[in-house]
Amino acid sequence: MDQNPIPPVPPRMEDDIFLEARHIVKAYSAHKALDDVSIQVPRGKIFGLLGPNGAGKTTLIRIINHISMPDAGEIVFNGHALCADDVQHIGYLPEERGLYKKMKVGEQAIYLAQLRGLSAAEATSRLKEWFEKFDIMPWWNKKLEELSKGMQQKVQFIITLVHQPELLIFDEPFSGFDPVNAERLKKEILELRDKGHTIIFSTHNMASVEEICDHIVLIDHSKVVLSGNVAEIKSRYRTGLYELLTPNAYLTAEPGVYDIIESKRLGVGCRYLVKKADALSNSQLIAHLAEKAEIVHFSEQMPSMNDIFLQIVGQK
Amino acid sequence: MNKIFIIIQREFLKRVNKKSFIIMTLLMPFLMAALVFVPLWLSTLNETGDRVVYVVDKTGRYSPSIVSTSEFTIVPVADMLPEFKNDSCSAEAILVIDDDLVKNPSAATIYSKKEVKPDLLRYVEMQLNEHIRKDKLEASGIPQLEKIIDNIETTISVSTIKWDKSGNESESSTGVAMVAGFLVALLIYMFVLIYGAMVMQSVMEEKTNRIVELMVSSVKPFQLMMGKIIGIALVGFLQIIIWGVMLAVILSVGMAMFGGDAASATAAAQMGPGMAMTAQPEIVSETAAIQSAIANLPFFELGVMFILSFVGGYLLYASLYAAIGASVNEQEDSQQFMMPMMLIMIFALYAAMYSIENPDGPLAFWCSMIPLTSPVVMVMRVPFGVPFWQELLSMIILFAADILLVWLAGKIYRVGILMYGKKPTWKDLAKWVRYK
Repeated sequence: MDQNPIPPVPPRMEDDIFLEARHIVKAYSAHKALDDVSIQVPRGKIFGLLGPNGAGKTTLIRIINHISMPDAGEIVFNGHALCADDVQHIGYLPEERGLYKKMKVGEQAIYLAQLRGLSAAEATSRLKEWFEKFDIMPWWNKKLEELSKGMQQKVQFIITLVHQPELLIFDEPFSGFDPVNAERLKKEILELRDKGHTIIFSTHNMASVEEICDHIVLIDHSKVVLSGNVAEIKSRYRTGLYELLTPNAYLTAEPGVYDIIESKRLGVGCRYLVKKADALSNSQLIAHLAEKAEIVHFSEQMPSMNDIFLQIVGQK
Repeated sequence: MNKIFIIIQREFLKRVNKKSFIIMTLLMPFLMAALVFVPLWLSTLNETGDRVVYVVDKTGRYSPSIVSTSEFTIVPVADMLPEFKNDSCSAEAILVIDDDLVKNPSAATIYSKKEVKPDLLRYVEMQLNEHIRKDKLEASGIPQLEKIIDNIETTISVSTIKWDKSGNESESSTGVAMVAGFLVALLIYMFVLIYGAMVMQSVMEEKTNRIVELMVSSVKPFQLMMGKIIGIALVGFLQIIIWGVMLAVILSVGMAMFGGDAASATAAAQMGPGMAMTAQPEIVSETAAIQSAIANLPFFELGVMFILSFVGGYLLYASLYAAIGASVNEQEDSQQFMMPMMLIMIFALYAAMYSIENPDGPLAFWCSMIPLTSPVVMVMRVPFGVPFWQELLSMIILFAADILLVWLAGKIYRVGILMYGKKPTWKDLAKWVRYK
């Protein structure tokens, strides 16, 4: 099991892996949708599944959901090979959302919860709780088509997690939500993680990735091109650029220590953008700089996930 | 297994609770009964005998032949009076005979303020023809000629007796067998078409609503498809059972209201009013014959074959419909795949119609073996008597084809429901079947 650590950067050993995809290959006629893709989703964490359109994210999600079968490779779910009954422990919010338009909201929520293994009575009581929580109880007996888009999204979200699945898969969950409700949803997702749910979060929205993901995998052209802990990845893609603010001081580049990329005179002093030599650590750089000038502000320019995404995907 | 039951339940209840279903189901038997009883009722309305016809017979020879019937009151009058043209005249028409019709066949004229009704014209022509025929026979001078001819003219009624295996005789009627067979075949044809299309509609709804992705993450696509097919079939069964019971009740109540001889009244209404009088005893015996022929229909065999063909045929077409519904993105795209299916269905109905002429001929035989046509053609043949081995073989082939098609449709369905965008071709469908 552990003989083949596939991902470029395997998660640390202490991480308890809830779901693992091993060497997944899936081809549609001539086109390979997934080419030897392996991921490890740690338990109780939010795992970002990133990639440009058509990279193979949806194919992978469908395989995890037992909707389609891989041509090769396997999915290990909570320690055993994924089987049909495991879908009761998965909650899935597809990107393409839809419910029965003509069916009453409460009725169809119960129906869908029953298909996920809840009894009708249990589904009803749990759904009512959630409906209360999201302030949509008055719509219980309305047909879905009478609800606003945002309200339909809430219903869909509730349906995704009413059976208390151990694994939640959200595909672009924020699309269609207004900022207020998106914030609320984000809070809800973080809360779910804190309660111990494992969450796979697929999105294009890099800002939300930085806010909520613990680990990510980046898929491009059917292959895993980057994976790991978000903080680790960010440090891996450090630019070596630092922002520096000094009052009334003029810095000059010090070869072998740092270069000055940019300088700007401000009212209160000077703002520099310096590039550190690779061999130096941050504290060594500060020591050098402190000798030369009073430091008012010093910060490392961390790359945003967006930059990393563009950098990697843009290369191809 | 439990999940498929939940799906069946929903598909069933959703449709059964619809207002349109309830209204259609309750109203249809009344409409069907109306189709039977309204003409019957209207025909009783006509027999009032208040249609007055004046006869002006200038030759004085023909008026005795033209007598009042249940429908027409014949009043001989001496002369054509001008007030006959007035609105106050109660006569529907005035028949004027000017001359000897043997010498001058166009000497009879009917005057009327309105268009002369065809039944009156028919009655008058018939009576006059009969009279002239007798005149001509007498004029030939051969004694007793009329009697001789009457003797020659015998109406032959061939009764058809069917032997069963042990040689017992039972009265049969080709007409009854035709009607029974065709009704049952038509019922299957309509059921398959209407409910098959319902399956397709429902599959397409889920696909275009995009709910299907959520559904197939909970249940296997095959369960979803079968749940739908079975749920909709149960709706059809319920409808047919309700119709059957209601129709039986309405018909028996109606029969009681119209009296026991309602059937003969229908027969009488279908024949001319004049003939009804003379041919009454014959019709009564014919009614009895039809009744005994109906009683002698192989009801049990027909019932079993009906249910089997019904289930088998529906499964066959519903799975095809489901596959089509899953493959296409829009209603319009479905035409391409529907066309060949519709042609086969129509062919099946025509094959059934032509098979009536020769229920044991090669067309009937082969069409009752080929699974796409057999559900319709086989039941049509049953009332005529079909060898048991043929029935058995036909049903085995049908259900084997069902298993194959359900399996094939399941494959196409599974891939098709998640395929959006491009309109699929036949080649694509073949490819989908091979997907793992």
